[in-house]
Amino acid sequence: MAVDVLIVDDSAAIRKILQRVLRQAEVPLGQVYEAGDGLEALEVLKTARVTLILADINMPNMDGLQMLAQIKAHPDWKNVPVVIVSTEGGQSKVMEAVRLGAAGYVRKPFNAEQIKLTLSRLL
Amino acid sequence: MSAMIDRDEIAKSIRAATDDVFTTMLGLEVRAGEAYVERNKPGVADGVISLVGLAGAWIGTGSVHCSAGFACKMAAHMLGTEPQQGSGRVDEEVLDAVAEISNMIIGNVKNAVEERLGPMGLSIPTVIYGRNFTTRSVGNDEWTVVPFRCGEDLLEVKICLAPSRESHPVRHGFPPPHSIQV
Repeated sequence: MAVDVLIVDDSAAIRKILQRVLRQAEVPLGQVYEAGDGLEALEVLKTARVTLILADINMPNMDGLQMLAQIKAHPDWKNVPVVIVSTEGGQSKVMEAVRLGAAGYVRKPFNAEQIKLTLSRLL
Repeated sequence: MSAMIDRDEIAKSIRAATDDVFTTMLGLEVRAGEAYVERNKPGVADGVISLVGLAGAWIGTGSVHCSAGFACKMAAHMLGTEPQQGSGRVDEEVLDAVAEISNMIIGNVKNAVEERLGPMGLSIPTVIYGRNFTTRSVGNDEWTVVPFRCGEDLLEVKICLAPSRESHPVRHGFPPPHSIQV
């Protein structure tokens, strides 16, 4: 079954790399949506059917943890797995993401194997 | 008594983070040079510099500085595109890549030092490309500098950190406390 993914990161470079990594990981990609921050991501979710979200934490306007909290509080979006892909690697941040409902956590810098391993548990 | 950290530990964290980012995300090897301390005497710089602010119980700034040509090469390696020999054209894609590289390097240094210094927030990077510009960090006067060589290219990673005089909550996404003159 095709995976419709939303990639949320303020860096266009990281959005591009994550798309490449998903293809390398042989994820059966359907639609790929992109957003530059949490607010944009919530707008995408209003109209698009998404089955996986990869999101950074530190972003302008709305950060990844605020976005995660809103997604998990929304009846239509709460079951979409959200994997955090962030430079923030401190235990408190990881625990906060898990508490808010993150399905996985990958620290930047990352390689394709780390993404593949995390997604293999979800897809 | 507040936590402390010495410059050797900061330099060690810079070396580890830079090596990790270059190896994992760019597929390039860097060789670290001797770390040194730089007083806050703004010198004239050329090329691309990316600044990331740090704030918490300790505050400061991290920066990554390189030539325009090396910035283009780093972006090409990161994005898996062909580096164009001698073009040195710094466009949005290059600036974005350098910003993200600095975010990962300084962010991972932060992750390492906050085990000793307590939680810190990381700003969104500010990246500047130009000639004959100077940068100055307001309030901090000593930088730990680690130069790196990647083939013929040079990269400089710097961090200044000092205990905050006030009790600040951890903030994310704030602009770095920096002034720039062009």
